[in-house]
Amino acid sequence: MSTTALTEETVPAVTPTSRSAGGGLGRYLVVRFLLIIPTVFILVTLVFLLGRTTGDPITAALGGRLPPAELAARVRAAGYDRPLLVQYGDYLSHLLRGDFGTTISDNRPVTQVLTTYGSATLELTVYALVVALVIGIPLGMVAGYLRDRWPDAVLRVFAILCYATPVFFAGLLLKLVFSTWLGILPVSGRASTSTELTLQLLPNRTGIYLIDAISSGDADAVPDVLRHAVLPAVALGLLTAGIFLRLVRTNIIGTLGMDYVDAARSRGVGELRLVRKHAYRPALIPIITVMGLQIALMLGGAVLTETTFEWRGLGFQLVEYLQARDFVAVQGIVVLLAVIVAVTNFVVDVIAALIDPRIRY
Amino acid sequence: MSTVHDRSDDSDHPVSDPVLEVRDLAITFASDAGPVRAVDGVSLSVGRGEVLAVVGESGSGKTVTAKSVLGLLPQTATSSGVIMLSGRDGGRADDVVRVSRNRLRQLRGTDAAMVFQEPSTALNPVFTVGWQIAEGLRAHASGRLSRSEARARAVDILGRVGIPDPHRRVDHYPHQFSGGQKQRIVIAMALVLDPGLIIADEPTTALDVTVQAEILDLLRRCRDEFGASILLITHNLGVVADLADRVAVMYQGRVVEQADAVTLFAHPQEEYTQRLLAAVPSVGQGGERARVRAGERAERAERAAAAGETTPSGPVISATDLRIQYPGRLGRPGFLAVDGVSFTVGPGEVLGLVGESGSGKTTIARAVAGLTAVTGGSLRVLGTELNGARERALRPHRRDLGFVFQDPASSFNPQLTIAEAVAEPLIIHGGGRHLAAARARVDEMLEAVQLPASYGDRFPHELSGGQRQRASLARALVLRPRLLIADEPTSALDVSVQARVLELFTELQRELGFAALFISHDLAVVDLLSDRIAVLHRGRLVEEGTGEQILGAPEHPYTRRLLASLPVPDPQLQAQRRAEFRALSD
Amino acid sequence: MSAETATPGVAPGDGTNALRRRPRFSWRRLPVVRQLRESVGVQRVMLVIGVVITAVFVLVAVFAPVIAPYGYAQLSDARGAFPTQQAPGGDHLLGTTVGGYDVFSRVIWGTQTALEVIVVAVLLSIFVGIALGLVSGYLGGWLDRVLVVVCDAVYAFPTLLLAIVMSIVISGGQSSKWGGIFAAAISITVVYIPQYFRVIRAETTRIKSEAFVEAAKVIGAPTSRIIGVHVFRNATRTLPLIFTLNSSEAILTLAGLGFLGFGIEPTAASEWGYDLNKSIADVTSGIWWTAIWPGLAIVLIVLGITLIGESLNDLADPRLRRRARVRDGATR
Repeated sequence: MSTTALTEETVPAVTPTSRSAGGGLGRYLVVRFLLIIPTVFILVTLVFLLGRTTGDPITAALGGRLPPAELAARVRAAGYDRPLLVQYGDYLSHLLRGDFGTTISDNRPVTQVLTTYGSATLELTVYALVVALVIGIPLGMVAGYLRDRWPDAVLRVFAILCYATPVFFAGLLLKLVFSTWLGILPVSGRASTSTELTLQLLPNRTGIYLIDAISSGDADAVPDVLRHAVLPAVALGLLTAGIFLRLVRTNIIGTLGMDYVDAARSRGVGELRLVRKHAYRPALIPIITVMGLQIALMLGGAVLTETTFEWRGLGFQLVEYLQARDFVAVQGIVVLLAVIVAVTNFVVDVIAALIDPRIRY
Repeated sequence: MSTVHDRSDDSDHPVSDPVLEVRDLAITFASDAGPVRAVDGVSLSVGRGEVLAVVGESGSGKTVTAKSVLGLLPQTATSSGVIMLSGRDGGRADDVVRVSRNRLRQLRGTDAAMVFQEPSTALNPVFTVGWQIAEGLRAHASGRLSRSEARARAVDILGRVGIPDPHRRVDHYPHQFSGGQKQRIVIAMALVLDPGLIIADEPTTALDVTVQAEILDLLRRCRDEFGASILLITHNLGVVADLADRVAVMYQGRVVEQADAVTLFAHPQEEYTQRLLAAVPSVGQGGERARVRAGERAERAERAAAAGETTPSGPVISATDLRIQYPGRLGRPGFLAVDGVSFTVGPGEVLGLVGESGSGKTTIARAVAGLTAVTGGSLRVLGTELNGARERALRPHRRDLGFVFQDPASSFNPQLTIAEAVAEPLIIHGGGRHLAAARARVDEMLEAVQLPASYGDRFPHELSGGQRQRASLARALVLRPRLLIADEPTSALDVSVQARVLELFTELQRELGFAALFISHDLAVVDLLSDRIAVLHRGRLVEEGTGEQILGAPEHPYTRRLLASLPVPDPQLQAQRRAEFRALSD
Repeated sequence: MSAETATPGVAPGDGTNALRRRPRFSWRRLPVVRQLRESVGVQRVMLVIGVVITAVFVLVAVFAPVIAPYGYAQLSDARGAFPTQQAPGGDHLLGTTVGGYDVFSRVIWGTQTALEVIVVAVLLSIFVGIALGLVSGYLGGWLDRVLVVVCDAVYAFPTLLLAIVMSIVISGGQSSKWGGIFAAAISITVVYIPQYFRVIRAETTRIKSEAFVEAAKVIGAPTSRIIGVHVFRNATRTLPLIFTLNSSEAILTLAGLGFLGFGIEPTAASEWGYDLNKSIADVTSGIWWTAIWPGLAIVLIVLGITLIGESLNDLADPRLRRRARVRDGATR
């Protein structure tokens, strides 16, 4: 839920690290990769400390429900009576070994929670990203080229409406229209009960329903899974599409005003080609960088979308654990999200660097 | 246009069978302050194989005129009149003002091509130069143009404009070329379509003077070898004298005078043209002035001695084996901007530092002002050693040091009035706690730089560039410093405005007797003001001496090249100098 | 030689003009007001619509007690308990919710909550963000590096999640009206400080290398004066823009918190996100009025504020700035 993109959408096309020639790219990639570490570390620390300000996780989750003596025993057994710094060091060393701990509310290994629900969130995010790209980029180019004419005005209002609408309200509206009134799409869930059962029995499940449905060979499973995905994907995708539209528009306007576009125009290059090649390609570098930052926004939106559509993914589960005050589970999910955000931003920066010849050479 | 003196021909259309003919062109722009007429009834024509220079200062409408020939004006512009553009082989002529969009696209590149001012922005950074050259070919190819054929033609044209190793370089991206090479590529892009007319909009303004000479040579070849006519847009009268056959002088949207180059420089008719020519500093005026100043300096010293004043003796600046290195990123070696430079500036003396971009001249100025750290050798300014000095230690000396920055647009805080800005040194160094107390001195100083005292209440954006630069002088001199550093103070100004600022500088220097470090890329400007000149090249000081020594008998080959590449506003003299420059380059 | 031309509108050397003392303050130079005067065409329409929507929103918030027929937590009046899930019309203009609240009254009272949260959140983050951004950007050094890494890390993380965790930490999840408002406001603040910090720091580092700051350094101005007089006044010119953008983000974050059940209790204040959460089940059974109205209220307000923000952004960016075309003469 953030319109962050608005304040920072034109990243300078050349990263300062790229100036000098020779081995620039390799060094840039290494430095950029190493930057992931402090980002993740800071977020892990932040979440750990925030979680502990309300006391130890066991008291937070079970306090009041267990007799004090038993509670104290469980706290001691879990090591939450030790100094905070010791617990922190302990937590970090476990994390490094891939041990995220065990949830308090339902007593499952956190890693199992992550792998079970992570695929659902991944699937939703990918669908939404496709929707956002397909809508946002072409419309943004149209709006940028036709700036200040009526199509641009219409598209801009559309974009603002997209990100002014909370994703859960958009979801509710879509449900109301397409499920309740028109009755053409399912209300919630990832698949109908029969399909769920079919997929549960599959030997090599990926957890990504579309892939599972295809491999199950069940002719009804694939359309069923897709029908369930339409509304959540559109709800989450529209939000991001609005931001992409605006981002592409601004950058296209920026590059259309550059001398090299005029120079190409003075050589007799056609207007369509000017937008598609000369304005779009250089604009792509800042666009991609900022799109990377939107991954955080999409994950935040996924939490709301999953709750709206009962899409059983990490976000849906996160809210349940938060309501149960199960901070071990919350910490695990948040750390995973932090890693995803940091790695995505790294990948995006690498792509931007590969597109920009000034960094490549 | 009754005021136009057109002496190249008696008829209304001086050129028969012109490539370009502009009649009664008027262009209006929408602006915040309402419509602004940028071009007002301009008529011009360019004959086959001719170079017409349109010369004028900023705001004269010359660039707008050039862009309108290719229909490249922004949407806020409205034009009327006739722009007839005919192809290379005569044939059909089109009126660019009224032609269809599709036909306009066909005309662009083939009938007329454009060379831009800033080569680094005229090339798309994310495509190879070969791709960009081929794109123009494809846009105009009648049939399908094969990839290899387009590439072959790109390689060929790159070679012909003097890019070494074109087979390899054709696949390089723009940032891999130097500024001069980029401008060659931009010219190659124009030439590859074999246009009848090349419109060159300030083609050398962004380049160093030695590179400028090479690009001017290339443009001359465009006409001689490729048979293109050239419409040259420039503010530099030296460039005009070097290249132009005919000249049109523009002022405030109108053509005030048109004549062939030799006649115009020898016998300018219009008052504006005369003033413009007079304002151009030319090499060799400085010697006399320097001698006068030396006499005055001695006199002043005597007077001071007689009055029993103890002025601090010894040099104001003395640099010994000065080295300044900018730190490198991520453990890479840094960039050595200044490499073992030694010089001194005595009290009341003006040293001119001259050099091209990357020569280290601005770095030295910043180091003297304490803005850049000295990394080696010794730099003593007003008796304080700056190598290893801390910011706090420098502060007391700052009242004796004034600085004038290059860009008058950014050197004033936009939120403060001119008076507040000029008063700032007084307030900081205790000349008055508040603006009111300092105001008398501020008004006096504004008077000294010939600005009305009422301008003190204005904000910087309400002043013109020249006025701001004079206010900048007032701020630098308000504490009567012993040393003034001026970093390219006039390079952002028009030539007539530059002349005024330079004159003011000379007057104030004579009056106040401060020592100065005057930095410029323009030998003629430095010669005008300096007692001694130091020539910098790639961080090293290659030659130092009086103006007469440096300009009259330069010893170092670089100085000779620099001197020879400076175009002078006299076509015949310039032709001689061109020959000299060629001899030096070979 | 009169080739020196100043900015249009001020004639250099014009005696009468020069003698006029310029007033130090004028309402015309205020943000938004100034842009209203500068803008033209579509941009002006967008800005005007945004200002009107926002003004109506503020007025409704101020006069909520007068406008709303019932209290935000009112479940009955003299004639007895309110019906639940009643369709719009009659005593209840926009219907009632599953809990028996009057939808119209809750929508109206909700403006108050939203406004209060915006004011508290934006004020807090502006002060902390600006101070950090200025000092960090101007002084640089290790403090700057640490702050940048921390802020970048927080910035890259889903804001809503941090806000949830913060609100649990602050209030245990749910609480009284002002407790809830402060919990929401502080969570939003913590989340948006990195944004203010980034913007102000970027401005500061840009301004730091401007010639006028170097001029002040050469003069010998102390660092405190340079930051206070030269950097601060120029770095904060983008604030109205960030202010509008973050206001809309604050509303969306507040609604998100409420929707997930970490916001303000319905008995403490009216909050649209909470109402939307309660309407999820309604939507499936075709009861549309409990979802539509609070949702539309959010969309409208965010739309209004965003329109202002976008217009300010366009007018501040010379590339996006548009001028009217002169209509005279021939074609093109």
